Amino acid sequence: MPSDIGIPLLEMRNVSKTFVGTKALDNVELAAWGGEVLALMGENGAGKSTLMKILSGAYEADSGSEILIDGQPVTIGGPQEAKKHGISIIYQELSLAPNLTVAENIYLGREVSARGVANRKAMYAGCQDVLERLDVPFTARTIVGTLSIAEQQLVEIGRALHAKSRILVLDEPTTALSSRESERLFTLIRQLRSEGIAIIYISHRMEEVYDLSDRVSVLRDGRYVGTIERADLSAQVIVKMMVGRDLSTFYMKAHDSGGNRGPVVFEVKDMTDGEKVNPCSFQLHRGEVLGIAGLVGSGRTELARLIYGADEKAGGKVFLNGQEVNIRQPSDALKHGLAYLTEDRKALGLFLDMSCAENINMGVIAPDARHGGFLNLTKGKKRANSAFEQLRIRAASPLVNVGSLSGGNQQKVLLSRWLQIGPKVLILDEPTRGVDIGAKSEIYRLIDDLARQGIGVVVISSELAEIIGVCDRALVMRAGHIVGEVGGPNKEAITQENIMALAAGADVTLDAA
Amino acid sequence: MNKSTISDSAAGKKPADGVGMSAHKVHVRRLIGAVGMLPVLIILCFAFNFATQGTFFTGQNIAIVSQQAAINTVLAAGMTFVILTGGIDLSVGSMLATSAMTAMLCSLNPTFGALALPVGLLAGVVLGLLNGVLIAYLRLPPFIVTLGSLTAMRGFARLLGDDGTVLNPNLSFAWIGNANVLGVPVLAIIAIGVILVSWLILRRTVLGIWIYALGGNPAAARLSGIKVSLILLFVYCVSGLLAGLGGMMSAARLYAANGLQIGQGYELDAIAAVILGGTSFVGGVGSIWGTLVGALIIAVLTNGLVILGVSDIWQFIIKGLVIIAAVALDRFRRSGERT
Repeated sequence: MPSDIGIPLLEMRNVSKTFVGTKALDNVELAAWGGEVLALMGENGAGKSTLMKILSGAYEADSGSEILIDGQPVTIGGPQEAKKHGISIIYQELSLAPNLTVAENIYLGREVSARGVANRKAMYAGCQDVLERLDVPFTARTIVGTLSIAEQQLVEIGRALHAKSRILVLDEPTTALSSRESERLFTLIRQLRSEGIAIIYISHRMEEVYDLSDRVSVLRDGRYVGTIERADLSAQVIVKMMVGRDLSTFYMKAHDSGGNRGPVVFEVKDMTDGEKVNPCSFQLHRGEVLGIAGLVGSGRTELARLIYGADEKAGGKVFLNGQEVNIRQPSDALKHGLAYLTEDRKALGLFLDMSCAENINMGVIAPDARHGGFLNLTKGKKRANSAFEQLRIRAASPLVNVGSLSGGNQQKVLLSRWLQIGPKVLILDEPTRGVDIGAKSEIYRLIDDLARQGIGVVVISSELAEIIGVCDRALVMRAGHIVGEVGGPNKEAITQENIMALAAGADVTLDAA
Repeated sequence: MNKSTISDSAAGKKPADGVGMSAHKVHVRRLIGAVGMLPVLIILCFAFNFATQGTFFTGQNIAIVSQQAAINTVLAAGMTFVILTGGIDLSVGSMLATSAMTAMLCSLNPTFGALALPVGLLAGVVLGLLNGVLIAYLRLPPFIVTLGSLTAMRGFARLLGDDGTVLNPNLSFAWIGNANVLGVPVLAIIAIGVILVSWLILRRTVLGIWIYALGGNPAAARLSGIKVSLILLFVYCVSGLLAGLGGMMSAARLYAANGLQIGQGYELDAIAAVILGGTSFVGGVGSIWGTLVGALIIAVLTNGLVILGVSDIWQFIIKGLVIIAAVALDRFRRSGERT
């Protein structure tokens, strides 16, 4: 065990960070040795990102905070200095220039040049080494914008290795990856570990942490809770450390699942965009939670967007309570009580510069308005306050900007926007992506509650555990087709294996399972 | 924990502001953000008053400043609507010229002379509508569309007057530019009225929220059921209408309009006022009060430099530098209070 010997490669001691009025970090410590994977866990808002931003030089820590590298105290005044100390951070949002080549990105900011003229040849040659080490399926001359997210991530890792980084921080690297791409990334992480690099791995996914890490450090509310060695690792222990309480009932199915389902409230017939989504049909019963599983890129989101009127469809019909409804744009869908929660809340859902209250009320300000289009502020405030209470949104007040909230609370704000319209059918696309474990269980409880109230809920998710835990029935998509259904009457059971077999296709079943 | 902040003590009285403690803090912050450049304006006023040995703060000079600021304030208010959606309207000066020419010609017509004012305003709306249709429905970039109409409408304004000046000593709406109510110039009253109505629309109507939402996140706006095209159409029409109003104000002041000269370069002062007022160039963030302060800064600067006898050339240079410095200062201050 590397952590038993010698001085740590990176040590952070008594790190505090105070923002105007709030203490984001309070005497946090962290130690990472070369050749280990240290998982850093904590709910959203626990201070992980702040800590990493201090490490990268993006934030300045309060005085008294210490950072030591190889036992030597250092100050990190900016990103350049962090790089000099061998620290590289790969964020969820990749920071590559999509119009440049792989080599140019790897050399970004350190271009090889002679009298101001970039020497491309030298740059292409210079990054061969790193690319071979990563065993990438592209060349130094490939334009980055043409690569998949997983491949772009490899470019970022390549850039870190090329800069001779010894401390590599990965911030939720698998959020946008399929399970196979994630697996490939894990292999690479293990390889880097064996090369002596210290890897700090931030993730919400318990399985990954089990899979990869040698030790797990946990933060809660800006404080350091503790570190557990691999041998003592268990879900209960980590969850308890993260939330400070037991989560006995993580998944909830208090609504009447299976057996006694209500009439069909919602039906989609032959929905297609003539391109990525082949004609898809399904029915949703009253009070049912229907899952849509499938690998990333299987057309789940595209299908949902077509139904919602967000993209133009080439064909297909939508029926609500047996009546055909004509949905050409999102406003039509909302008018009929069909709402869609986007998978990308920051880019496609929230208005980050606006208050929580404004975000919550966005879908209902028009029907709520007084004569002449004037806002009904009393009603809006009432809605926001009750949403805060109902979903337990943690923020100083509904008037603070939603952009300042943690991921879980942002998601609750977005969810409550759609609850305001009094939906008949709700399509939730990755409802718990990037959400901490506490908020996750609250969202599951909410979904269960909605089903009990007779709302038809569709849950699109990449997490099989979520589909199985929350849904009564699940459709599985592959390559733009609905290839099967599990969990319904006379269908196969809703299990991980059955879903994976359908999602990956028969010929590769063994490979994926 | 949350409850204390949610259950507000002053509920009912003033629905907008009657909120709990921390919410109050939020409000104060927002206010500080909105008045952003106000200190700069006040310092400028006192500096000029000192430099001109008290000439600046005379009633007569203040009336002059308010008149000078009025037209730009009206244009900048329209520009605020547009910039809040993430757009830009470069054509306001030319729309002003075209509507002024239209109104002047109409005022000379023996039958329709009295209708000159509404006709001029209507001309502004129609021109704005043209911009709006191209931007909202043909999805052309606002910069390109309004750059084109900047040129084309200027040409049209000259065409209307045979490239000459249209004069009317008996102008039906001359009172706009020259009358006073209780010693306050009508021009200034119009400007204040426009600011108040703009505030009402932006902050108290559904439309206003939609404008901010559209500027803040266009993709999310569409997915939230907001009819993006209609809003774009609206803001460019507002800009056109207010440019038309600006045209009436200019023409009334001069009893004349010249297609080549009137409103020349006004778009730049209007944009400068909006930016000085702290409105984000990418949209979604900003306030109409900021725009008012911005327009006043520009007017005070011009007026002060004139009183001091600074040459026309140096006025340009100083004005430009002050705008850049003020915005730089603002950025600096804001980056401090965030994160």
